[in-house]
Amino acid sequence: MSQIAFPALDQTILARRDALHAGLAAFLAPECLITDEVGRRAYETDALTAYRRAPLAVVLPRTTEEVARTLKFCRDQGVNVVPRGAGTSLSGGAVPQEDAIVIGLSKMNRILEVNLVDRYARVEAGVTNLAISDKVGPDSFFYAPDPSSQLACTIGGNIAMNSGGAHCLKYGVTINNLLGVRLVTFDGEIVDIGGPALDPGGLDFLGLICGSEGQLGIVTEAWVRILRLAEGARPVLFGFDSAEEAGQCVAAIVGAGIVPVAMEYMDKLAIEITENFAHAGYPLDVEAMLIVEVEGSEQEMAAELAKITDIAKAHGVRTIRASMSAMESAQIWKGRKSAFGATGRIADYICMDGTVPTSRLPEALRRTGEICAKYGLRVANVFHAGDGNMHPLILYNVNDEKEQEKAEAAGAEILLMSVELGGCLTGEHGVGIEKRDLMTSQFTPAELTQQKRVRAVFDPDGRLNPAKVFPLEGRAA
Amino acid sequence: MSRETLTPASDAEAAEIVRAASGRGALDIVGAGTRAPIGRPPEGARRLSTAELSGIVFHEPAEMALRARAGTPLAEVQASLQAHGQMLPFEPMDPRCLLGTAGEPTVGGLVATALSGPRRISAGAVRDSLIGLSLVNGRGEILSTGGRVMKNVTGLDLVKINCGAHGTLGLILEATFKLLPIPRSEATIVMRRLDDATAIAALARALGSPFGVSGAATIHAGMGRDFPRTVLRVEGFEESVDYRVERLLALLAEFGAKHALRGEDSKKMWRAIRDVQFLAEPRERAIWRVGLKPSAGVDFLARLGGAARDSFFDWGGGLVWLSTDPTDAAAHAVREAVAALGGHATLIRAPEEMRARLDVFEPLSPILARLTRGVKASLDSQGLFNAGRMYASDDSADSLQIGGMASRV
Repeated sequence: MSQIAFPALDQTILARRDALHAGLAAFLAPECLITDEVGRRAYETDALTAYRRAPLAVVLPRTTEEVARTLKFCRDQGVNVVPRGAGTSLSGGAVPQEDAIVIGLSKMNRILEVNLVDRYARVEAGVTNLAISDKVGPDSFFYAPDPSSQLACTIGGNIAMNSGGAHCLKYGVTINNLLGVRLVTFDGEIVDIGGPALDPGGLDFLGLICGSEGQLGIVTEAWVRILRLAEGARPVLFGFDSAEEAGQCVAAIVGAGIVPVAMEYMDKLAIEITENFAHAGYPLDVEAMLIVEVEGSEQEMAAELAKITDIAKAHGVRTIRASMSAMESAQIWKGRKSAFGATGRIADYICMDGTVPTSRLPEALRRTGEICAKYGLRVANVFHAGDGNMHPLILYNVNDEKEQEKAEAAGAEILLMSVELGGCLTGEHGVGIEKRDLMTSQFTPAELTQQKRVRAVFDPDGRLNPAKVFPLEGRAA
Repeated sequence: MSRETLTPASDAEAAEIVRAASGRGALDIVGAGTRAPIGRPPEGARRLSTAELSGIVFHEPAEMALRARAGTPLAEVQASLQAHGQMLPFEPMDPRCLLGTAGEPTVGGLVATALSGPRRISAGAVRDSLIGLSLVNGRGEILSTGGRVMKNVTGLDLVKINCGAHGTLGLILEATFKLLPIPRSEATIVMRRLDDATAIAALARALGSPFGVSGAATIHAGMGRDFPRTVLRVEGFEESVDYRVERLLALLAEFGAKHALRGEDSKKMWRAIRDVQFLAEPRERAIWRVGLKPSAGVDFLARLGGAARDSFFDWGGGLVWLSTDPTDAAAHAVREAVAALGGHATLIRAPEEMRARLDVFEPLSPILARLTRGVKASLDSQGLFNAGRMYASDDSADSLQIGGMASRV
């Protein structure tokens, strides 16, 4: 049915299922272990919902030590492990299989320390992204990376995928805001990498682990940078008659040396879907819209907006609407951040995540439309234009096998185009299982083998989050 | 004793040299040599020069990205950037004054040593701007990692692990950087005669403000003036700089903040801090670069007592530049104080015999030491690149044996 293949199950593991359950129960409290079928089913997929495989067992540790004991147990028993945060991965990064044990970090959700003087927070990996900003918000601080799923997604998952968000144009992605991690290796050893001080000497293991999709170990705690909120922030909507003009406007703003806090793109279909849901006051009579956000004092925001408006006018902007209140700003961002959810209400979709150089955006948008039209599919574009990170949402019906195949084929073509234009397969969602088999389009066999050699230093048998990131070898089931 | 220097004229030739080097001893990678005195002394049988692997591959102002070959003089990169009003965000240190070296710093050395300047606190470290690399691994394969776009999480990222690896994991051929526009204007607020604790509190208050501070340092008496100065930089377009200076002066009034340096005076101050000019003399002293959480800086100096000869704080107190006598006792004191407070210390300048004998980089825990050897071996199983540059070769039983040779980082 599905196009993405899974490796053959290890029958020797399945045969030992009861013994493995008993082995885990020997050192885990009952509330930390799920072995019944209904309970396991809750962990069969993530936000790539077309793929569902219930795990052998689910472990929900409360401490780093419990993570360590579980990992050591799994390594000793030769069992595959799938780490899981909140299960919001769009690339199937947390999709397990019947012979694997899921280690979910949801019980490790405490904020351990907030230090406003040194501007960092130490948090457990299961803390949600938004919980950090909520905690330090009353002191006018925030944690910068803001994936759309920030209400649900966890810091552990953000670190695994090096997640971005709408505001990373100015503030960077997860790695740029991460100071340190507590990592449990597959051997069950606990090691701190980095900490409250910037840039530890020695090899940059923090930079290696962040974005490694849970294949090098399990992060149980993190030190993250917290930043002071700007004096004010104002999103402005710019409506255009064509995708081409909007794309050129983005390239021109970047080219003029202006770095707004955020620069988001939505096409007509995305505007209609989200406006229906969020009532953000988006213009419905335009083909494409940019949400550009500026920050600072009133005077600073006005000055920067004046420059951006001049550029937009030179590129045929039709409507301009600045937020006039905090409530309007919240509505504008609510619309953008609920775009995926709102789309999910009208159709099933898969979301591509390739990045292209900003100067190639107009071409990438045109070709995305052509590819989807060729397959007879609808596409809604809503993405981070400032850094060229596209998110075409390809609409289809999950109950129509043929249409799912078409949607996946169209998605693959769009990603190959991103690579061809000088970009990459995934800007912030990760490779997971979804883009695994396209990796050969971006990397040579030698490059992939080198990446796997580095991974093997941490996990020689490839049992941590197996069958992700790298193309499958050998026989698939 | 002069050693043979190999100077490949192309990437393919460089890869061929590496393939042919198997079993013939290690290669020391050399650029212009402006950072050569950083790290443990070279142990390689031969030298591999990037001198002819030079030139800007592309500079796309509209994408704010630049790619250059490893041997490209930084001056050439800066000239191209300046012509388009752009810059490397992390404010790279010019090491020549501190290290007493000559020549034109290169892109390869910049990436290999990863010494970020004062703007690190607001614009990120070298690794945060480094978005792509190509390199030769120990098998003589030319590999690409990362790319030319900022948002990229495709595959296992080998860019950052090579940034600051002092050439121990491979020969860097090309590097791609994300750029920022050069701020149109800057100003530096100066507060005088604050003791360290008060100075760091003032910096913390400014860094915790919404006024976009891009430099926060405090320098001691004898560094250009006979009293301590605590300095804060703001950058941006003129009206914005004026506004933020005014707000910061009000915020810091109780610390005696009254005036701001502008233009070239401001630039000169941050060049001096960036390049550690204050500690360059006397030449015989050892120089340490110490990372701490900012509020630990005062305690750190107190623990050192007399071992600290001279020092100043950058990064709001989170980076201590320190000079000591070049003695084992002083080195021991630095390591102990850092271990007690949490952080890291790197011996940036010291006599060769001292760098051969003592840890130059922060000593590694057993687990990190094992992972370090493992990653080294995964990229360079025969230990061809910059052997012993970061850590002394390890003859202990658990040293990783691959291809019959112990792998040394």
